[in-house]
Amino acid sequence: MIKKVTSHLSQNEALLFERSSPGKKAYQLPELDVPAVDAAVALGAENVRQEIEGFPEVSEVEAIRHFTRLSTWNYAIDYGMYPLGSCTMKYNPRINEVVARTEGLAWAHPYQPESLSQGCLEVMARLEAALAEICGMDAVTLQPAAGAHGELTGILLIRALLAKRGNPRKKILIPDSAHGTNPASAAIAGYAVESIKSSETGGVDLSALEQLVTSDVAALMVTNPNTLGVFENNIVRVAEILHKKGAMLYMDGANMNALVGIARPGDFGVDVMHLNLHKTFSTPHGGGGPGAGPVAVKNVLEPFLPTPRLKRAGKKLAFDYKRKHSIGRVKAYYGNFGVLVRALAYIQAHGGPGLRNATMDAVLNAVYIRKGLEPYYDLPYQSPNMHEVVFSDARQAKLGVRTGDIAKRLIDYGFHPYTVSFPMIVHGALMIEPTETEGKLEIDSFIDAMISIAHEIETDPQMVKNAPYNTRTSRVDEVTAARKPVLRWKPA
Amino acid sequence: MYPENFRYTKEHEWILVEGDTGTIGITDHAQEELGDIVYVDVPKVGARVERGKSLGSVESVKAVSDVYSPVGGEVTAVNETLADAPETLNRDPHGAGWLVKVRLSAPAEILELMTAADYRKYVEAEK
Amino acid sequence: MMDACGIDSPEALFAHLPEAARLSRPLELPAGISEYEIVEYFRQRAAENANGYASFLGAGVYNHFRPVLVDAVASRGEFLTSYTPYQAEISQGTLTAIFEFQTMICQLTGMDVANASMYDGSTAVPEAAMMAVRATGKGRVLVAKSVHPEYREVLATYAKNQGMPVAEFGYGAESGNLDLEDLERQMDSLTGAVIIQTPNFFGIVERVKAAAEIAHRHGALLIVVFTEAVSLGLLEPPADADIVAGELQSFAISPSYGGPYAGIIATKEKYIRQMPGRLVGQTTDSRGNRAFCLTLSTREQHIRREKATSNICTNQALIALMATVFMTVYGKQGLRELAEQNLAKAHYLAGKWKPRFSGKFFNEFVVRAEGKSPGEINKALLKKKIVGGLPLGRFYPELADSMLLCATEMTKRADMDALAEVLA
Repeated sequence: MIKKVTSHLSQNEALLFERSSPGKKAYQLPELDVPAVDAAVALGAENVRQEIEGFPEVSEVEAIRHFTRLSTWNYAIDYGMYPLGSCTMKYNPRINEVVARTEGLAWAHPYQPESLSQGCLEVMARLEAALAEICGMDAVTLQPAAGAHGELTGILLIRALLAKRGNPRKKILIPDSAHGTNPASAAIAGYAVESIKSSETGGVDLSALEQLVTSDVAALMVTNPNTLGVFENNIVRVAEILHKKGAMLYMDGANMNALVGIARPGDFGVDVMHLNLHKTFSTPHGGGGPGAGPVAVKNVLEPFLPTPRLKRAGKKLAFDYKRKHSIGRVKAYYGNFGVLVRALAYIQAHGGPGLRNATMDAVLNAVYIRKGLEPYYDLPYQSPNMHEVVFSDARQAKLGVRTGDIAKRLIDYGFHPYTVSFPMIVHGALMIEPTETEGKLEIDSFIDAMISIAHEIETDPQMVKNAPYNTRTSRVDEVTAARKPVLRWKPA
Repeated sequence: MYPENFRYTKEHEWILVEGDTGTIGITDHAQEELGDIVYVDVPKVGARVERGKSLGSVESVKAVSDVYSPVGGEVTAVNETLADAPETLNRDPHGAGWLVKVRLSAPAEILELMTAADYRKYVEAEK
Repeated sequence: MMDACGIDSPEALFAHLPEAARLSRPLELPAGISEYEIVEYFRQRAAENANGYASFLGAGVYNHFRPVLVDAVASRGEFLTSYTPYQAEISQGTLTAIFEFQTMICQLTGMDVANASMYDGSTAVPEAAMMAVRATGKGRVLVAKSVHPEYREVLATYAKNQGMPVAEFGYGAESGNLDLEDLERQMDSLTGAVIIQTPNFFGIVERVKAAAEIAHRHGALLIVVFTEAVSLGLLEPPADADIVAGELQSFAISPSYGGPYAGIIATKEKYIRQMPGRLVGQTTDSRGNRAFCLTLSTREQHIRREKATSNICTNQALIALMATVFMTVYGKQGLRELAEQNLAKAHYLAGKWKPRFSGKFFNEFVVRAEGKSPGEINKALLKKKIVGGLPLGRFYPELADSMLLCATEMTKRADMDALAEVLA
């Protein structure tokens, strides 16, 4: 039944430090065209180090083989689907990589004169405008380095506005279905966090919201569609309830892949939101980053945006540092420019109609998966889903098999697992987001795999509990890793 | 399973009172829910604890659980062995896996806690 | 597929959305273009930037050679398009590389443990400060004026909302080094962290030991920041620091107009649980083979939520990988030779234009323009297709007559001679 993968030899490889030999080199620097300098004299003998003990010494061939062998131990989008919910693991277009390396952009120094940086500034201005249009917002900052960083920035903007009005307030409301970065960001911004329970359809409970929004509440942080993949049908009403009490609506844009070209957060009452360029806008995950987390706001929040702001003066673009209401900087320089270039390339490649089509494909794929798996896995929420769908392991749990086990068995079938045990409002959650990248072939393969596993659980649950079998590494001992952490290599 | 001479809380802590000292730990149900314990965070000797307030936490690989003090008082002893062997908590949660000893400031608080029989029923209902 | 979903057009998928929330017009964006047109667009933008200029800019972002192996490795789809290594069995490539990265950062900085990266050096600073505050229970922070000005701005933004008072202490007007007397004067028992940078923003090597002594004597932790990672090839690591927060852009990350870069936080064993960011640990699999996995995750946001050590989720893994390849290519000998070349180039330049400060410097130093303003000098240099140093007036009004010059292994002797000619 396992069709997508087969066994294959992969190379073993030790750590760099175990492969090193004294004197081996992989580099060659040009000859110095100036006199050498005695470090002890120039720096003071006490400031000069002995050698860098334990640092690798390998040849170029050993270096390339080392990293190549390591790379073959990874799964990647280039191998196949990642059904991870809310991660939007779509294809990373290679055109992005090419344009980001254009020399005049890649070697631009952030402090070079603005007159010699107009190309960079134009790229940023163009992206700001495109994102504002996509989100239905008035102004955008590109400074935050990732989604969580954008969340922090957004909450700080809210705080600044409310403080200017006389009272920054004390609490942020966060749904119990929210991603962990939401409360963590709110806490760093100096707010207390109050959880709001989801309704039985998984959305924001309006009557609970009415009760909880007091004059102590600065904002509600909402994800739309929520982490169940369900659109917040009452979103306009949610915004009204908040605004009536002088509170604001923050939207976590992690699930924008369901909305681009279809609905705009600015149109349905959102005051401030962040985007994840490494999700919706195809910039590569790279094993855990870099990302970028631009923040889009309504005009009322514009004066507080991080310094500096990009502005046009005739034909020239320049940075405006005279922003007396700004929350300050959240990062040095201007943002993850290299990531911004990639996102703009993606937007240009798709264009308006293309972006909308991508959204439709993303939602179609997820609904198709829902239909395919509904007979086999428990679906806790019946509302229409958008770009992702959440099942639970309720049926399989009766036979002692949990979502984590199913995920590990899925690996044997040649797929990366879906998101396990999140959102927390679903016990034993399986959160699946295919993205628009996947064609019918890959998705049918995935559905077949999940159905096969469901059958395996009925006949041989223990086998599933001990998966995976076909990987280089079997299940790792995370318990010992946490009890007795070994976080670096040391010589014997 | 649940010693008769212990008292229990809704958050799955137990306390054994001897004179004016209470030994506090988490119940077997709690350690089972958490799975393999990897780390225990407890207060220092001399710290004050308050009934219903967190006195520390217990961690598994994927979860953290606050430990709430069943009583108010002052910490007189801490189980040092858990630093090197947190698995003791899984193995023997009602014995060698004790967390702290506390000198009770208000012994009457014990009366508000559950008996073993009540706790057994409570755990059954939760399941 | 639509049949299976029971719909006859994809629009039906959105029928359940409330009318009021829907966008009823197409997005006002141009139609999609071909990859050739996209390349052309960015080529034109690049042409509008400085091209073919020699540059003497440093100030936290440095021009260094990028070994060709870096992109050869980082462009591999298995590294570029892979996800965060939560599923250890199919992420051993990423996990192993991060473990090596963590090790090399420890070797370079003299610390016991390093994390898998922060966004950049500027955000690593407030994260380190928050860490020190958690560890000591003391909320006040003292930061040197000679720490990168934009890093201090970011610290201020975070600190303001944490109820973390931040005060600054000065530098010697003659030496450019830390004013340790000012530090001593401002220290108190409420201070949890003292933050210094070495080499500092002026390029000057600091007396870490002396600063550590003052901080520790008052029960505060010492945080040492670095922006020029190459300096660690030659400089004694800050072993007296409690936390090191740094920027790795120098390790094969092109300047890229300010990002993406990679920050790190490294620290002593006893502060491990206070560390933000991901950590990779060594373990075994069920067959007894060595394997790696993310560990100590309970510090992080996805588990501890509002009580997490940080809100960081996505970090800079690919950038850290580039730095790892860089460190591998140069290796033990190469990093030292690279640093020695930087030292030589900058000191040759200093022979042409005397540094303003007497403190010992690595590859950057401050110069005062005699009779002309830094702006005027830079204007003259631009005519020779040279981008001059950073005029310091924007960050240090007392140094408005000065600029910060940087020379690295990429700086050519001919360009340094040309700079000197303009001065004459």
